[in-house]
Formats: sequence, C-alpha cells, structure tokens
Amino acid sequence: MPVITYRDALGAAIREEMQRDDRVFLMGEEVAVYQGAYKVSKGFLQEFGEMRVVDTPITELGFAGVGVGAAMVGLRPVIEFMTWNFALLALDQVVNAAAKMLYMSGGQYKMPIVFRGPNGAALQLSAQHSQAWESWLAHIPGLKVIAPGTPYDAKGLLKSAIRDDNPVCVLEGEMLYNTKGEVPDEEYLIPLGKAELKREGEHCSIITHGKMVLVAMQAADQLAKEGITIDVVDLRTIRPMDVEAIAASVKKTNRAVVLEEGWEICGVGAQVVDYIQRDCFDYLDSPVIRVHQADTPMPYAKGLEKAAKPDLPKAIAAVRKVMYLD
Amino acid sequence: MATKVFMEALSPTMEEGRLVKWLKNEGDAVKSGEALAEVETDKAIMELVARGDGVLRKRLIAEGDTAPVGTLAGVIATADENIDALVAGAGKTAPAAGAPAPEKVVANQQETAGASSIPRRAEESQGEASTPPQQKVADAPPAAPAAGAAPTSSGSAPAAAGDVRSSPLARRLASERGLDLHSVQGSGPNGRIIKRDIEAAAAAGAATPRAAASAAPSAPAIPREGDFHDEPLTQIRKTIAKRLGESIGPIPTFYLTAEFDLTRVMEMRKAMTELGDQFKVSVNDVLLKATAVALSQHPEVNAHWLGDKIRYHNRVHLGMAVATDEGLIVPVIWDADRKRMSDISREAKELAKRARERKLKPEEFTGSTFSVSNLGMFGIDQFTAIINPPEAGILAIGTSEEKLVVVNGEPVVRSRVRVTMSCDHRIIDGAVGAKFLQTLRRLIENPLMLVY
Repeated sequence: MPVITYRDALGAAIREEMQRDDRVFLMGEEVAVYQGAYKVSKGFLQEFGEMRVVDTPITELGFAGVGVGAAMVGLRPVIEFMTWNFALLALDQVVNAAAKMLYMSGGQYKMPIVFRGPNGAALQLSAQHSQAWESWLAHIPGLKVIAPGTPYDAKGLLKSAIRDDNPVCVLEGEMLYNTKGEVPDEEYLIPLGKAELKREGEHCSIITHGKMVLVAMQAADQLAKEGITIDVVDLRTIRPMDVEAIAASVKKTNRAVVLEEGWEICGVGAQVVDYIQRDCFDYLDSPVIRVHQADTPMPYAKGLEKAAKPDLPKAIAAVRKVMYLD
Repeated sequence: MATKVFMEALSPTMEEGRLVKWLKNEGDAVKSGEALAEVETDKAIMELVARGDGVLRKRLIAEGDTAPVGTLAGVIATADENIDALVAGAGKTAPAAGAPAPEKVVANQQETAGASSIPRRAEESQGEASTPPQQKVADAPPAAPAAGAAPTSSGSAPAAAGDVRSSPLARRLASERGLDLHSVQGSGPNGRIIKRDIEAAAAAGAATPRAAASAAPSAPAIPREGDFHDEPLTQIRKTIAKRLGESIGPIPTFYLTAEFDLTRVMEMRKAMTELGDQFKVSVNDVLLKATAVALSQHPEVNAHWLGDKIRYHNRVHLGMAVATDEGLIVPVIWDADRKRMSDISREAKELAKRARERKLKPEEFTGSTFSVSNLGMFGIDQFTAIINPPEAGILAIGTSEEKLVVVNGEPVVRSRVRVTMSCDHRIIDGAVGAKFLQTLRRLIENPLMLVY
C-alpha cells in the first residue's frame, strides 16, 4: 500500500471529491496561485481552474460568508483557513450562520460546507497562533467536528465531510502535514462519528484525538516494554462523539487517561470524562486523569512551550498514576 | 522480648478510644491477659489487657487522652531490656486500614514484625469461656492477606461498606465474588481497595465470604448453622420490597396498634409478689417474655432482611431498647423465648444497669433478631419505634393504665396497654403482623400460657 503524507492525503481527498462532483470547490487564502499555504492544494488551480480554486483576500469572515451563501444555493464549498486561529474572525459565519441555517430555515436550507485548516500548536508560534479550538466548535449544536490523526483517517474523513450535508469543521495539524502513513489507492470513506481502536491493550485506555494520537501510540509502545498494554481510542470525530467506543474500552481496562492538545477547563476531555463516569462508574478502578495544555497562553520561549504542552512523558506519567504504579 | 501494647478495637465499630484509667503503674509486673487499663470505646468502658508477660515499662497514653485504634499505648518488657527504640516509635500507629499511605503501611508492618504481640480484636482478649459462640463464628475467617496487620474494627465489624475506601470496580468485583470488603487490605491511596487487592484476596482465599459472617450491611453476628434458615426472595417479595421501598424508603414500614387487657397479668403479678420478693416480676418482664414466646411461634416475624434474601431465625434473641445518658443502646437477651420469666427479669435489669454504666460487651448489644422498646414509664400512651435494621420489626410498648372499657355491654375499669408494632413490609405483610399481635394478645391476656 502506498505511503503518503497527511498533506497529500488531504489533497487527494479534496481532488477526488472535486473530480466526482463539480459542485465541490476550494476557497481560501493562497489556495490557488501559491498552491496552498501548506501545499495541500498543489496542482489544483491547473487541474480545476480559477472558478473552482478561489484565492481570497485576508478576509476570513467574508469568505466564510461567501461559502455559506454558496452552500445555501446548492454548491459544496471547502473553505480553507490558513489556521483555525485566524478562523476566530469567521466564527460568526460558522456558528451563527452555518450551524443554524438548517434549523432556522425550518429545514429549507442544507449546509454542505467544510471548514478546514491546521489547529493547535506547532513550534514557537506563540500565544495567538498555538491554540486548539475543538472544544469551542464541538460546543455548538449544528456543527460536526473531526480531528484526524493519521493520513488514512485524514483522507477518509475529509471525503465523508465533503459529502455530508451539514457543516463540518476539520481540525488538521501543521505538525501532522509531513507525517506519513499507508493510504490505499482505492477509494474509501470513513464514517463521521466513529472512533477507532488504534491499539488494543488490557491495562489502561488512552482516549485522544488529532495530533495527540501519535503521542498516545508512542506511550503505548513505551509502556509495552514494561508489560503494560494500552487501548488507544482515537475519537477521530469530536462531535458527534462515539460514546460506545469509549465505554467499551474503559469497561475492559477499568482505567482511563484522556489526552488532548487544548486547555483543561471545559475541554473535550471534560466531556469524555463525563461520558465515562455516566457509563462506566462501576467499572472504574481509579479516577480518570486528563493530560492537556497548561492553563496559560502558550509561551513563546522554547523551554516554557515544551513545559506547557501535553507530551509523551506526561502521558506516561498519567497512565502510571491511574494504574497505581507510582 | 518486648511486647507492645496497642490501643485495640474493643468494639466492632470502635475507631478510637479514650484511656480512662491505667490499672498498672510503670514498673508493675504484668501477666498476659491481665487488665492494664480501662478504655472508653464508642459504646462502653472496656479493659485493655496485656498480651505478654513482663514489666509494664512505659505508659505512652496519658489518662484521659483519646487515641486512634492501633496507637502504641505502652511497652511490656523485662526489667532490664532496652526499649528506647520502641518508645521512640510512639505516636505512630500500627498499620490500620484506611490510615497511612501505602509506603507507610509497609514501613509500619516491618516495624511491628519483630514484636511478639500483634494487636487483635477485643473478642480474643476476653477468653474462651466468656466468648459466646456467635462471636467466635464471626471471627473465624482468617485475617487479611497482610498477615496480622489489622488491629482495627475492620474484620468482622457489622458495618456498611461505606466506611471502607474502595474503587467502584473493587466494590462490584467484591460483590460478584461474595467477598467482604472489610476483610480486604487496600493498597491504593489512603488505603483505597482497588482491583488488584480484590484479586489478591480472592487468590489467597483470605477474604470472608460474606454469607458466612457479616452477611449484609449491619447484619449482626449470627450463631451457628441450624439456628436459622435463609429463603431466597420470591418474585412477589421482590416486587413488594421494590415498590414499597420507593414509597417510604429504604425500609417501607407500616404500623399496627393494638390494645391488650392486662387484668390477668396484674392478677398474676399480685399473686407472685404475695409469694415473696423473689417471685416479683414487672409488667415489662411479662411483656418481654410474651413477645419472645410469640416470636418463637411466628418465625416469619423473627427475621432479618439481607437484601437478596430473608433470614428466618429459629432462635429468639430479643433486643430491648435502653435509654442511657449518652443515648439509645439495645442490649440483647439471648434465647429469650426459652428463658424463665425470672431469668428474663434478672437479665433485663442487669443489662439495663450495665448499659447505663456503659459496661456492655459487644456481644451483649449485637445479634438481636427482634426488638422491643418501652416508653410506658414516661406515661406515653402509644408510639411508633424505628426498626433496628436488618430486623423485620420492633414492638413499641406504651403505658399501662386503668381505663373504662365495655365488657359484655357493661362499662368496667380494666388495666390496659397499647402496643404498636413497626413492620418492615419487605418481610412482613399486614396480615402476618396482625397474626403475630393476635398471638401476643392471647399470651398477654392469658399469661398462664407463658408458664406452660
């Protein structure tokens, strides 16, 4: 099976969907002439032309609104944000227009739109450009939120997102774009709302998504050397969340660590813990521990940034704690 | 070799004790089994006894001070033995469930390992003869895996699982495997019992199968096989328990009140008193005896609710509520149905007296199968008493007084008493309770049947 990058997997997903359905188009800053800020849309302008690969000014609210209007009249826009940090300016269109349109029009307007871009911290981009937004977006009824952690998931989930008749927010990662993985040539789709058990173990569950899936897998590798085997549950979709997958894993292992990039307070992990306590109370052998970013703006200084981020040592320490090993 | 004296768990629920008085001075020779001090538990004043021979070299708890169970209270050693190291360890407690962090438990266990005496529960200290069989059965299961490490109330204490720290999973596993959490040593933070502790206990076969001893929350120590029989709940009993528990819970209680004629009891008392003081009995004694006899004829009332089954007792151990300055306590007259009225009279007096002095031993206030509460002496006409779980009922006795009643169409003055029975509807239905009161009425209104 071919091994490709996360970046190319995303590009392949959009290209295939654009080839399949001429209502699909890509719009955003630097997507066309520059071939994409992160080269996801490399070659798109040449293949599909400027009517379907549209460069925009630096006007997030504006082009998000154009996308919403296009979706209302039957097109299927893919809106690229250079980063979700910039998408803050467009949140009125995402939250008040896209998420509400089906509801407020009494079902007259579907909203087949995808908002996508990198999410969370890269390296030393400082406080304003290192934020993980999934708990903001997942809070909103009417939105779907996905956070693929591997090239395979990125392609399969993005294709499903483009075909979905509801607004879907796709949280990618600057640090993920260059990661590689096996992606088949044949077409496939991954349904939204389904988690995947990325690793099977019996001693502890790590429930995670997006960029942190890689950290969870490394933690599982390292702990396996001590004879501790980990269930790695990759949520893949934050909303709607796969509650059954979480419960099945925790009921098996009796212990859980929830690992995420974002901040602690009202984070995605808080929701996961709530599902666990509701569904798995009698199966828990220890309180669930969350691993997340420190409760502070992301520091620019390299050492402080490292200290603030969730990482492999923190994930391993959390597993050892829920297992009463320390 | 030196022997440590620990504050011991002298009642099933004791967590700390107040050292009321030392009975030995430093330097006094002591023998194993000899009383060293008086300790006030949560229920009574008990004796703390020596666990080894030698000289009481050091007293480490001052008179009047309160110390948690497991605290080093003193040291017994030979006259010339160096006990500095032991005394230096004072203030630390012996490993008690729920107290120190895991590392500390290990350290303390090592520390006690060298001592010749490890504190045990009170019952063992009271000697074979004075230990009633029910206590021995309850204590029979071996100690928790950390050998001999529990000088606490944990072992056979008839307490709810709520006072043991445990993970939800550990509770569920213990329940599925029929393990008593009290007999499992917790290795998690603050002594929390976690999955691996349950597995270790199950593997060691060390934990108490619940049915054998403290069968359910607050089930008292129960005598040997044959003294009772268990019946699984029938569907109708399950439904009654569930539906009525939702209405008034958790014990769906109903009340039956009856007024009995005491004319013949009064005649009997008078006749007996005339025979001499040694034959004198109180109305309460007669009511106790009558209740016990009625219970022996109605095992369906002489029962315990054990959650998944009902335990019907073949023996009648009658609890009698006694008010003390500290509060209510319910001493037990064992086999009350088989005792003579004079024995009941004497025992009731003795138990009440010792209850007020707080001198009751644990086995004297546990194990009742049914209880009686009497507020007649306060002039209360009738009242409802609260069931003492897991018992099926309690009988509340009001004052006996002369009343104008109609007999054969004629108004006559008769001595009457009102009793109210509180019934746990999960065990007793209305008609069952009523039939019991019918029997009781027959006995009280014809007290000669009590001597039959």
